[in-house]
Amino acid sequence: MNATFGRRGFLKGAGYVALAFALVPDEVANAQAPRAVLPGDLNSVRRLDAWIRIEAAGRVTLLVGKVELGQGILTAVAQICADELDIDIERIDIVSGDTARVPNEGVTAGSFSMPNCGTAVRHAAAEVRAILLDLAAQKLGVPVETLSVEDGRVVGANAAASYWDLALGQALEREATGTVAPKPAARHRYIGRSVPRRDLPAKVGGAPIFVQDLRLPGMLYGQIARPPAPVATLASVDLAAIERLPGVVKVVRDGSFLGVIARRREQANAAAAQLAATAQWKVEKSMSGDAAIFDWLRAAKPARDIEIMNKQRADGAVPAKTLEARYMRPYHMHGSIGPSAAVATYDPAGSVSIHTHSQSVFETGEAIAKMLGLPRDKVRCLHGQGSGCYGHNMADDAAADAALLARAMPGTPIYLQYTREGEHGWEPYGSAMVIETRAAVDAAGDVLDWNLELWSTPHGTRPGGEAGNLLSARYLEKPFAMPTPANGGPPNYAADRNAIALYDFPGQRAVTHFVTDMPVRVSSTRGLGAYANVFAIESFVDELAHAAGADPVAYRLRHMKDPRALEAIAVAAEKFGWSKWTKREGRGRGIAFARYKNTAAYCAVALEVEVQKRTGAVRVLRAVASNDSGHMVNPDGIANQIEGGLIQSLSWTLKEQVRFDDTRILSRDWADYPILTFSETPPVEVALIDRPGAPFLGTGEASQGPTGAALANAVFDATGVRFRRLPLTPERVRAGLA
Amino acid sequence: MVAFKLNGKDVRADVPDDAPLLFVLAHDLDAFGPKYGCGRAQCGACTVLVDGLPTRACVTQAKAAAGRSVTTLAGLGTDGKPGRLQQAFLTEQAAQCGYCTSGMILQAHALLERQPNPSERDVREALDGNLCRCGTQNRVVRAVLRAAQEG
Repeated sequence: MNATFGRRGFLKGAGYVALAFALVPDEVANAQAPRAVLPGDLNSVRRLDAWIRIEAAGRVTLLVGKVELGQGILTAVAQICADELDIDIERIDIVSGDTARVPNEGVTAGSFSMPNCGTAVRHAAAEVRAILLDLAAQKLGVPVETLSVEDGRVVGANAAASYWDLALGQALEREATGTVAPKPAARHRYIGRSVPRRDLPAKVGGAPIFVQDLRLPGMLYGQIARPPAPVATLASVDLAAIERLPGVVKVVRDGSFLGVIARRREQANAAAAQLAATAQWKVEKSMSGDAAIFDWLRAAKPARDIEIMNKQRADGAVPAKTLEARYMRPYHMHGSIGPSAAVATYDPAGSVSIHTHSQSVFETGEAIAKMLGLPRDKVRCLHGQGSGCYGHNMADDAAADAALLARAMPGTPIYLQYTREGEHGWEPYGSAMVIETRAAVDAAGDVLDWNLELWSTPHGTRPGGEAGNLLSARYLEKPFAMPTPANGGPPNYAADRNAIALYDFPGQRAVTHFVTDMPVRVSSTRGLGAYANVFAIESFVDELAHAAGADPVAYRLRHMKDPRALEAIAVAAEKFGWSKWTKREGRGRGIAFARYKNTAAYCAVALEVEVQKRTGAVRVLRAVASNDSGHMVNPDGIANQIEGGLIQSLSWTLKEQVRFDDTRILSRDWADYPILTFSETPPVEVALIDRPGAPFLGTGEASQGPTGAALANAVFDATGVRFRRLPLTPERVRAGLA
Repeated sequence: MVAFKLNGKDVRADVPDDAPLLFVLAHDLDAFGPKYGCGRAQCGACTVLVDGLPTRACVTQAKAAAGRSVTTLAGLGTDGKPGRLQQAFLTEQAAQCGYCTSGMILQAHALLERQPNPSERDVREALDGNLCRCGTQNRVVRAVLRAAQEG
């Protein structure tokens, strides 16, 4: 964890009222000069000392804008930095996600941290090492070629100098040139090794490391009282009655936004609950109900119909037949085990500092500044770890809400952690989607023309510097309207992420129907549209294979040209024992593949299920995943992400759907929204494919899509019935088998 | 006022009668392990041991612990000097975000006290009330079995 957390005295380096300069992309300042494109995020934040500082006493500070979400990114970038600088990894201190100190690397999301941040650190560190070598050569009076480095000690034939002895002066206060080649893989000491996570000792030892563990002197506790439904206006409320409750220090009302501040946490929670229960609201019916959502999506008028691919088939072959299918994915929760939290302090002089586990400290800080009517540089966000988020959960809302409460009591730090109900009921879910596929095939059952159309509400309503994307800002006396979300375009896409099949079909067309009406609050959830799009594509490919009388592995291989994809599929099949597998009553096997975003990690998943026909219960017996993330920095970190994503996707696919009626969200706790348990989790084997020297490819969202499809394919193999609507609950499977 | 033993030491806290044990531990006594997850005993993130028994601190009043012995992560070992089960979690790298780790370790500790050589199935069943959203269940099971073996 970064050095700003300690027992009681959380800020060792800087007082929370001291707002230092913010590092903004310096291309803004120097937009005129034509310059080389630098690797990764080094291109937008080009100064070397923005990333790496050679400190006193044998320490090195690495500054990164990407943040630790439990995915192990800070361990991986430390490995890269240590290798390229030739220092022991223990010498590195990391500052991450402090808007006053680190490079602005945007959002920690989209499996971009290794390609963008990891690559930037790699090249920055290599260049800093070259500068240090030059300085040492001057000091020692020897040619630089004669020098080598051991743990920061530059060694020549007859003399040596350490990095920390060199008069650094302004040597790093300049832009990177991108002219220093990083080390070849053969000379790596840390890259490629499963270096243990740097944050786990604190986590298993019970040391304070989470935002939820922050304790500031004089801190009070806040809680928010939400309306009973998303579309609601406060009609009347008796604030005085709440102010008389035990421990209550202040009740905050701003339009329809209600919150309380109390001396103790349980007092804040109790008062907020009573406030919510006694306030009178004007509530509107704004939703379709969960059962009707797919019909609603199909009938909604899209804001945009986007043809994202249209490859016409050149030959004139006449199809032998055409197959069609329709797949449905419900709303999913991020479902962080710890509800979102933040600690905010509003300085009477007109600035605010917020400890947050946001993925987007810079843009969230800007949105909060607009909400509060403060200049952008008067809001400082400091990242601390939170419960795993898996996308845009309520981290940013908690930061904003803590700031709103803190503004009511300047000088007093306000701690806020939502209740379970508060997180479950108000987080922005992963959007429901409908996907329709159609394929014209030849006499052998091979695809001639492939067509996919999808209907989805947005997958990106992150703060993005706009107050209207913060939940509470929409309920204030002077409300901020929510901006109309945009869909992401190529190459990453959003609702249509992975909607283009990687297979080499002679003709392929894909169309996105992007619906911006949002009956249910939605935003980025691990994989965005990729989970549902891969579920549809890989289910449909399986249907085509069966219709062709072909083995599903062989059918995939013969439609694929990308050699790394071919290897990923083959490795998963081989590790699973696909060719030796024998069918047993009630058992089935399934396989599926995707390259995340068609640009990031390759992943194939094969798994075996047992289906109880009487009850409809699906049990996953075992699962195998193959993975190719390019040059591996931390193999165990990659395996952990692939395995974790696979298990989370099993949970989504087997159990999860957000329930709602025409007015309110009904899934309010883990009983209403169950997730996979220890006993339901199958053994998972991950087969890693290393590509030394190849670019780093993001891993965190690679296994979700293939897992969902492999599961549905296995259930088909076990039962002969194709399930195209998720989740595969016992009720749905039993009904399908009847 | 409530008084009990916390990780072997006598502690007192001047708190309201209905204060939940979780918040008294986390906010009055700076025991940072147990975490608020659901407030309804559904997720296990707040699990501590009260007289050796795994207890959901979010639905237990602090006064119910009066005169008893409460164990949190710090009672098993620390950041610099991890206990056997904690070391096994490190060896297996059995976490991602680690928010629910404290509750899992204490739940597993109680299992190993009662049953020093559990089967894999025993471990999974013992941890069924502890939710993990990151998908590290298999790593956690391996860590508990490793700790049992090395015990």
